[in-house]
Amino acid sequence: MFIVEIGRGLWTTLRMMFEKPVTVQYPEVKRPMHARFKGRHNLHRYDNGLEKCIGCALCAAACPSDAIFVEAAENTDEERYSPGERYASTYEINMLRCIFCGYCEDACPTEAIILGDNYELSFTDRRQAIYTKEMLIMPVPAGGKTTPQKVEPGIFNRSIPVMENPKD
Amino acid sequence: MTVALLIEYIIKSGLILIAMTVGFAYVTYYERKALARIQSRIGPNRAGPWGILQPVADGVKLIFKEEFVPAKSDKLLFLLAPVITVIPALIITAVVPWGRSVTLFGRQIHLYLADVNVGILYLGAVASISVYGIVLAGWSSNNKYAMMGGLRSTAQMISYELALGLSFVSVTLLAGSMSLVDIVEAQGAHGFLGWIVWNLSQPLGFIIFLIAGMAETNRSPFDMPEAEQELTAGYHTEYSGMKFALFFMAEYIKIIAVSMIASTLFLGGYLGPFVDRLPWLGPIYLFIKTLIMIFVFIWVRATLPRFRYDRLMAFGWKVLLPLAFLNMFIAGIIIVLVGG
Repeated sequence: MFIVEIGRGLWTTLRMMFEKPVTVQYPEVKRPMHARFKGRHNLHRYDNGLEKCIGCALCAAACPSDAIFVEAAENTDEERYSPGERYASTYEINMLRCIFCGYCEDACPTEAIILGDNYELSFTDRRQAIYTKEMLIMPVPAGGKTTPQKVEPGIFNRSIPVMENPKD
Repeated sequence: MTVALLIEYIIKSGLILIAMTVGFAYVTYYERKALARIQSRIGPNRAGPWGILQPVADGVKLIFKEEFVPAKSDKLLFLLAPVITVIPALIITAVVPWGRSVTLFGRQIHLYLADVNVGILYLGAVASISVYGIVLAGWSSNNKYAMMGGLRSTAQMISYELALGLSFVSVTLLAGSMSLVDIVEAQGAHGFLGWIVWNLSQPLGFIIFLIAGMAETNRSPFDMPEAEQELTAGYHTEYSGMKFALFFMAEYIKIIAVSMIASTLFLGGYLGPFVDRLPWLGPIYLFIKTLIMIFVFIWVRATLPRFRYDRLMAFGWKVLLPLAFLNMFIAGIIIVLVGG
């Protein structure tokens, strides 16, 4: 009969008992995501605290599922949100429509919107699925001031900030 | 029949019933944890510390489930079938001795419920009553898959009972008696060496008993009657809630019973070092041996794939039965050589 083979199989399973289990105890332990993981969107800021988003709505145009809604407004020197002529006064992403493709990230000229690591996005009501600018904007980095800022006139007089090639 | 004796019987029966039902709950937990470790994962660990309240959670869930009786089923049989299956499982260990005698409250109390002098016959007979419950469950469900599952299960259990009975016979020959108490005593009659010699003459019998026991309890790799993939759960397809819990209970209690009987007949039961001086060690040894045997059941479930049904029947009749006869002959030859 197959006694020897059954015996070898039993020995293999017994050996597996002494190995460490591969279970990850979520939610106490979370696995880190890979480098360019497409999670929840984040609106980034410059180091001086000004928002990178200039309200151009290219991300809304690029979005294949029409999930982003942008309304722009003029910056004044007393109330300056971004280093250009305009800023996004209303910025909403409907997470139920978003397919996390990253086209908005590719379209953004100032690298303002970047998809980050957060994947825990549950909500219980459809209205809670609309993520507003307050929920998406990153906190002010150390050394910067919060927006809206009051700045010296004449410093930010380009209509669009200096655009560099993307670094990543 | 004094009142004290009656009370003693009632307490021992109560103990067996409680031990079987609590044991059933924690064997399900033990199985899930052991299967998980063999498969490189952790078993249930959320309900209570280390998941020990998981069986409680399962029990509460099953109690609250909707009890569903199919439309054209035979209602009386539908309700009776789980009962007929579970009661024999609960009473089958009444003849297994857990120890020698203990002196409590001024009386000498034997640590077994009943020393039936045909204990082995009792085991075989009671195990066969469960088969009725299964075939009735399949029939009364008014569902052709359940019927096929019930018939398959019945045929399997009856076929493997033959090999089971023959492995009992060789043990009886070696011990000279059918009573389980005498069998355990015969294993310990010549000390530790006698126990070794007993086990050396019985390896084939032990393996045949284990295989036939696994087939009796419809346990992997012989669990074709409850194969989810093939028969949509076989004879207990139409059962939900507490009735399903009773079938589940019957299977696991039979696993405990077969493990206890295997440890009694082949591993020495309650014998072990120092059991003469400390009779309370007897039940502890039996418990440890039963736990080891239950682990063997779980281990085999985690390792072997399911038998196809025709191969299962062929194995029972064409391989196991002749081997059991061979084992009986070997036992007889050993008795003649050793001289009784």
